[in-house]
Amino acid sequence: MTGGAGTTAVRLSGLDKAFGPVEALSGIDLEVAGGEFVSLIGPSGCGKSTLLRVVADLEKPTAGTVEVGGKTAERARLDQDYGIAFQQAGLLEWRTVAENVELPLQVHGVARAERRKRAGELLELVGLADFAGSRPGQLSGGMQQRVAIARALAPSPKLLLMDEPFGALDEMTRERMQAELLRIIGETGAAVLFVTHSIPEAAVLSDRVVVMSARPGRITDVIDGCRPRGGAALAGQGVDGAEVVADEVDDVRESTAFFASITAVREALRKGHG
Amino acid sequence: MGGRWRTASMAVAAFVLLVLAWELAKLVLPADGVSLGGTRVLPRTDDAAMPHVWTVIAQLGRPEVAVPGARPVGLAVAAAALFTLGLALGGLLLGAVLGAVLALVMLRFALVERATLPYVVASQTVPLIAIAPLVVGWGGRIAIGGWVWQPWASVMVISSYLAFFPVAVGMLRGLSSPAKADVELFHAMAASWWTTLRRLRLPASVPHLLPALRLAAAAAVVGAIVAEISTGTRGGIGRLIIEYAQSATGDPSRMYAAILGAAVLGLVAAGAVGLLDVGLRRYRGSVR
Repeated sequence: MTGGAGTTAVRLSGLDKAFGPVEALSGIDLEVAGGEFVSLIGPSGCGKSTLLRVVADLEKPTAGTVEVGGKTAERARLDQDYGIAFQQAGLLEWRTVAENVELPLQVHGVARAERRKRAGELLELVGLADFAGSRPGQLSGGMQQRVAIARALAPSPKLLLMDEPFGALDEMTRERMQAELLRIIGETGAAVLFVTHSIPEAAVLSDRVVVMSARPGRITDVIDGCRPRGGAALAGQGVDGAEVVADEVDDVRESTAFFASITAVREALRKGHG
Repeated sequence: MGGRWRTASMAVAAFVLLVLAWELAKLVLPADGVSLGGTRVLPRTDDAAMPHVWTVIAQLGRPEVAVPGARPVGLAVAAAALFTLGLALGGLLLGAVLGAVLALVMLRFALVERATLPYVVASQTVPLIAIAPLVVGWGGRIAIGGWVWQPWASVMVISSYLAFFPVAVGMLRGLSSPAKADVELFHAMAASWWTTLRRLRLPASVPHLLPALRLAAAAAVVGAIVAEISTGTRGGIGRLIIEYAQSATGDPSRMYAAILGAAVLGLVAAGAVGLLDVGLRRYRGSVR
């Protein structure tokens, strides 16, 4: 693990966000530790995407403080301290896969040779080294999303913000991508703030699942998830990390702890709704 | 490349078809045209109104005036077309730059867009013939350094007046075409306005810009020809059409030869934009 375990990746306190008369977020207090995987789950309109966007400095909070890696959200954005991935991969069609991964580095004036090298490493990491010269349109939806994740990881961020990144994928691809994501962030040690609609997805990926409720958008409960951590530790030691993590994730999906998590999240959601 | 060849052969086939239709009309329709209740609904097809295609082509080889050593009509048409092509391309370039700058300013300042777009549209409803004397009048007072305003400069400016419009509108549309998520991604990467322009908006504008440029090329040619006629500029195809039309009332084939030259001129100008199309191929399929 190279990430910032022990430090705080995100700290939100007393956060409010209003769009006119609509209270999108109210009194949010949340801390994400370095290397931690935190999911945000809740009904539509509970403000989970807004919360992510506030952390990304794409929205300004109405009140409260946002700290990202000890900096203001704006500073963190300018310093490229986080990587971001949306539901749509959003790759630029006129660039090759490798050039898409290089984009954040290019924007920040990293030299061409270094960019090339880093893109090569990242495509290796997401298992798409053979597609470096392809166009995004030639890739499947799951592959495109992996390119988007590689792009988000390009500046080696300590924090990854993901807004339903697997929402548009079919169930099989989705499960495979979940294992992939766990392996990738296990190797990079990045903390993740992950917005999802899927209870099983939140349970299998997360260290903690933050349950939210609408009108006003607020946090109603925090449940422990079942993120497997063993394989990632092995990955650096000449073991096929992908294999190990995939097996681990399969084990988790059949474990009683997983079903307990799912039940707890489901009950928290129902409680918040009533 | 296969598609390109097919496009080219289709264009040739269409031309052949047009020639055949022309000759068929002459063959089948009565020479006095077709009239319905005193109103002529189909034109006269005699040789004075619709000369045979081969007469027009033969005309190209004939001397312009009945003096030994006079150049053939074809050469005169070609020289005039080349002259006008230069002015039209100059007008296209000037108009494209003007249109692009206007689009950028409108993109950067939404207020400017709201304020100027109606005038940009209105500018195209002003008849060119009304503008031509104005441009000539203004130009006459301009002397930059030692350079005195020339009539051809007026033609170029008038030509650019038609050419800038499709470029401004098409480019503005192209620059605003990226999805909100793409723009946000650049914002999240802390990209500056210029970087976002260069890496996102400009590449995304290409599929909108190319058809706009093709329209602009055609407009620049029309603008140049009309401007030549209305400013009385010599040397170009516009003037030649008028001269031939006046001098050869009995034999219209000469005027048709000049019109043929103007048509080829338009094709060449559009073809020049087509070259750009090839160069920018990687950006072409990016409309989303």
